[in-house]
Amino acid sequence: MHPVLKLVVQRIALGLLLLLAVSAVIFLGVEALPGDTAQAILGQQATPEALANLREQMGLDQPALSRYFSWLGGVLQGDLGTALTNKADIAQSIGQRLGNTLFLAGCAAAISVPLAILLGVIAARYAGRWPDKVISGVTLTTISLPEFVAAYFVIFLLTQVIPIFQPVAMVFPGMSFWAKLHAVALPVIVLVLVVLAHMMRMTRAAILNVMQSAYIETAELKGLSPMQVVWRHAFPNAIAPVVSVVMLNLAYLVVGVVVVEVVFGYNALGQYLVDHVTKRDVPVVQAVGLIFAAVYIFLNMAADIIAIVANPRLRHPK
Amino acid sequence: MRLPLSAIVGLVLTGAFLFIGLFAQFIAPYPIDSAVGGVWEGPSAQYWLGTDTIGRDIVSRLIYGAQVTIFVALASSILAFSLGSFLGFFAAVRGGWIDQTLSRVVDLVMAIPSLIVALVMLSVLPLNLTVLILVMGVLDSTRVFRLSRAVAMDITVMDYVEAAKLRGEKQGWIIFREILPNALSPLVAEFGLRFIFAVLFISTLSFLGLGIQPPLTDWGGMVKENKDGLIYGKAAALMPAMAIAALAISVNLVADWILSRTSSLKGGRGG
Amino acid sequence: MADPLLSFKNLKIEATAYPPGEAPRHVVLVDGVSVSVEKGRVLGLIGESGAGKSTIGLSAMAFGRGGVRLTGGQIVLNGRDIRAAGQGDLRDLRGKEVTYVAQSAAASFNPAKKLMEQVIETSVAHGVMTKSEAEARAVSLFRQLSLPNPETIGNRYPHQVSGGQLQRVMTAMALCPKPDLVIFDEPTTALDVTTQIDVLAAIKRAIHETGVAALYITHDLAVVAQVADDILVLRHGKMVEYGTTDHIINTPKEAYTQALVSVRSIDHDEKPHAAPVLSVQNVTARYKGTNFDVLKNVTVDVAPGQTLAIVGESGSGKSTLARAITGLLPPAQGRISFAGRSLSTDLAGRTKDDLRELQMIYQMADVAMNPRQTVGTIIGRPLEFYFGLKGAEKEKRIQELLDQIEMGKGFADRYPAELSGGQKQRVCIARALAAKPKLIICDEVTSALDPLVADGILKLLLDLQARENVAYLFITHDLATVRAIADKIAVMFKGQVVRYGQKSDVLTPPFDDYTDLLLSSVPEMELGWLEKVIQTRKMESAGN
Repeated sequence: MHPVLKLVVQRIALGLLLLLAVSAVIFLGVEALPGDTAQAILGQQATPEALANLREQMGLDQPALSRYFSWLGGVLQGDLGTALTNKADIAQSIGQRLGNTLFLAGCAAAISVPLAILLGVIAARYAGRWPDKVISGVTLTTISLPEFVAAYFVIFLLTQVIPIFQPVAMVFPGMSFWAKLHAVALPVIVLVLVVLAHMMRMTRAAILNVMQSAYIETAELKGLSPMQVVWRHAFPNAIAPVVSVVMLNLAYLVVGVVVVEVVFGYNALGQYLVDHVTKRDVPVVQAVGLIFAAVYIFLNMAADIIAIVANPRLRHPK
Repeated sequence: MRLPLSAIVGLVLTGAFLFIGLFAQFIAPYPIDSAVGGVWEGPSAQYWLGTDTIGRDIVSRLIYGAQVTIFVALASSILAFSLGSFLGFFAAVRGGWIDQTLSRVVDLVMAIPSLIVALVMLSVLPLNLTVLILVMGVLDSTRVFRLSRAVAMDITVMDYVEAAKLRGEKQGWIIFREILPNALSPLVAEFGLRFIFAVLFISTLSFLGLGIQPPLTDWGGMVKENKDGLIYGKAAALMPAMAIAALAISVNLVADWILSRTSSLKGGRGG
Repeated sequence: MADPLLSFKNLKIEATAYPPGEAPRHVVLVDGVSVSVEKGRVLGLIGESGAGKSTIGLSAMAFGRGGVRLTGGQIVLNGRDIRAAGQGDLRDLRGKEVTYVAQSAAASFNPAKKLMEQVIETSVAHGVMTKSEAEARAVSLFRQLSLPNPETIGNRYPHQVSGGQLQRVMTAMALCPKPDLVIFDEPTTALDVTTQIDVLAAIKRAIHETGVAALYITHDLAVVAQVADDILVLRHGKMVEYGTTDHIINTPKEAYTQALVSVRSIDHDEKPHAAPVLSVQNVTARYKGTNFDVLKNVTVDVAPGQTLAIVGESGSGKSTLARAITGLLPPAQGRISFAGRSLSTDLAGRTKDDLRELQMIYQMADVAMNPRQTVGTIIGRPLEFYFGLKGAEKEKRIQELLDQIEMGKGFADRYPAELSGGQKQRVCIARALAAKPKLIICDEVTSALDPLVADGILKLLLDLQARENVAYLFITHDLATVRAIADKIAVMFKGQVVRYGQKSDVLTPPFDDYTDLLLSSVPEMELGWLEKVIQTRKMESAGN
């Protein structure tokens, strides 16, 4: 079998295995922690019979492993269980919200990826000179900021100082595309700021790495114009590392989305998750946690696979 | 040893932060939770940065908040660091199945974003300082594990380590006298970064209501308490936000400087 | 006489060094060099590392690597001074009038593109010929350079061909646009001796048949003697001596040139056979979890106070043998006895005396010493560890050892980073000596050093052997070193010993095929040696 195919299949298998292991960690890990769910719901005053009843109702008297497998089985069929707090079907509650989260993340990605690559290329081209210093300096500041800190600065700036936007992002079904965009403008700006810094720095590093290779010097010594050197020699070798960087940062974006949704009261998956953590609604937390973990794993896996496919040594074995 | 301006600024600010946190009780003008003024008053001579959502002095709460944050962040960093570097070195030096098992476990934990893991765990565990320290410490130790294992492996393959082995030196001697002195620089930089991530992570958790609980406070919690004021043009929430930003940037400057001086593991003696 | 093709007049090249943690320093790399290259002639640039040869070579295209600046003098190419030419003009001449062959072909090719595309790129980009013309020329050059499958090798990617082949493809790439001048920057330094000779012959033939002029840069005088018409000797960026190859090799005037020419002419009267201090018997070894034998049935021994040289190229198993002897790679079969006792096959089973009496010195001295320890600590540790020496007694012994390696008192407080390459290796020797060993394994200890420095180390080792009666297991790929230092020789190839015995026996014909190939591939410092070897080989293969 072609080595690239073999490695890609191996990596996908590893990813799936990882996802399985993560699901076990999320489910069984919670079990291992101290804390009695039945007690937490009914409170300290609950009688032993009431507790036993609730446990039986919730299936908590079954051994952990069998509960894990039935949960897992349910998940694979699309049934994510029911929420403790309001008995709502989790899968249904997630449906709309997942779309909203993806919309937000998608907009942020659509803006930050091209911007980060452009800035990364400029910073690498003028490495050590003022364009690079300015870009790197600015990103050094934004890269350190937690999402909510960046969020409130942006909110203050763009709703008070220069009142352009509203500080709350409300999206509901039936909104037109443009209305939706307007509503999420602020959270998208915040997400872009946070992710841009990481992505730009990593892009710059990847490009510099390629530019400092010996074969670039060979191209220069051949008297090729800078444009020819970059286009024919640097670019083909830089695509893979840069795409890898983008994938890794998209994974990072997944986490940032959670906090940003809370800041703006954006009705999507991240807000849903945090609310239910506060309410100690374990089934919801497990289900949503699994979804976020799956996206994260998938994106990291994509980054790895791109690196494999782009390696000329593997594409053309001896 | 020449320090660039950025590193000096970073060091001064970080030092100030640590100092304030250490001596909070002697510096803060007002107690942490007494309502002393009107709601959301602007900065004045009496209340340097104004008052918060129920009239408490913001400066004092920032100072006490620093203390709590430092305590938790330092404790969890020390935990993460000790656990991570010990296991990392151990895995690198012993190799074999010990290394494989530990690395796989770490890979697994790192496959899930830390925030998600923390959220899942905190939905079940009680919300107190010990739990926070343990959760963050264990999560962060994975990153320290990877770094210290990589550093140790780089050093273990050096001929001078092999020369020590061939001499008959005991494993302890090799780890402490040959490997460790050469691993210090990257590890120190890593400790700085771990500390800052701990501070930022706590503040994020507190902002979500899952970190430090009242009556104690930290800067993230202060942002949460005061955020509604922003709609009315009251900038109270920005004070703790700027404090977080300033701290994050300064520690990053220092860590950047340390990392730029450790360009090669073989390079001479450390300055 | 026609104008020379290339002419340097008082060339001055400078750079700024940025050592970490210190102020930037101004460095003069090349100072007042004046030399010319005539059309169709080859000028050899020779010198040790840091002499400025590559810097001068690159300046023939007015190129400075990194922060290097061409600050003074003239560089006249085809009648024009190009030192201060504009970027556009320089791009015109680079790859067309002047081309470059780098030291490491593997790094110099774009891994993502096929070879043919890269070989013809500059010819087509500069409009010297059309794509099909360039391809045809490339294939004929491949043939001239004796590359296998010249019609199809262009379709391969760089990682799919071997090092020696890649170096020749690079040469084809340089010759394709029909340049006036080719700069060869250490093209064979990274290759094995047996590969080197093929590449060298190919390059020489190609130069001759295309009539191109060349700058040939190397630190190996024997190599340059085969290829160059004239030689310029450089040291610390300044000219030492210039003349025809015949003149430099046979009648050098300057002391430095004479030293370079006489390098490795140390000879050593071999000592007769005696009862061995180290005896390796029928050792076979393989790496854990593989079935492949890296050592096959190796039997050698070393007499006390004598030197056994293990010679071989990369992959021969010579370093693996060292690992088997030191206990890092326990043999699957066979025995090793040392000083009359049987040695435990792995490290854990050896006594302290076993460990003490068998010492090792490594090829890369900077990695063999802990950068955080002073010279005194490094030399002192074996004294503490094996003999329990402390305080004043230890200090005294450290001084004695420093004297033995010809380094003075002040060195005990220095750190390895402050020492030169030769000094670092001397400290490693002192560390080995401190243990009062019976045998020292020297693993390519002079391979990373400049020829003159290496000579100094060899002389030191011979002196120490005479005084301390210590035996050496000397691993090397360099035959000249072997002649200088060995009493017995073992030639290794693919994990087996193909020839073994006293030096005089091993080096006298008749030889087995591999030893023959190896010995005949080592460049001699005489004119016309390369032609002789090629001739002999042609006759041998015609006779088969």
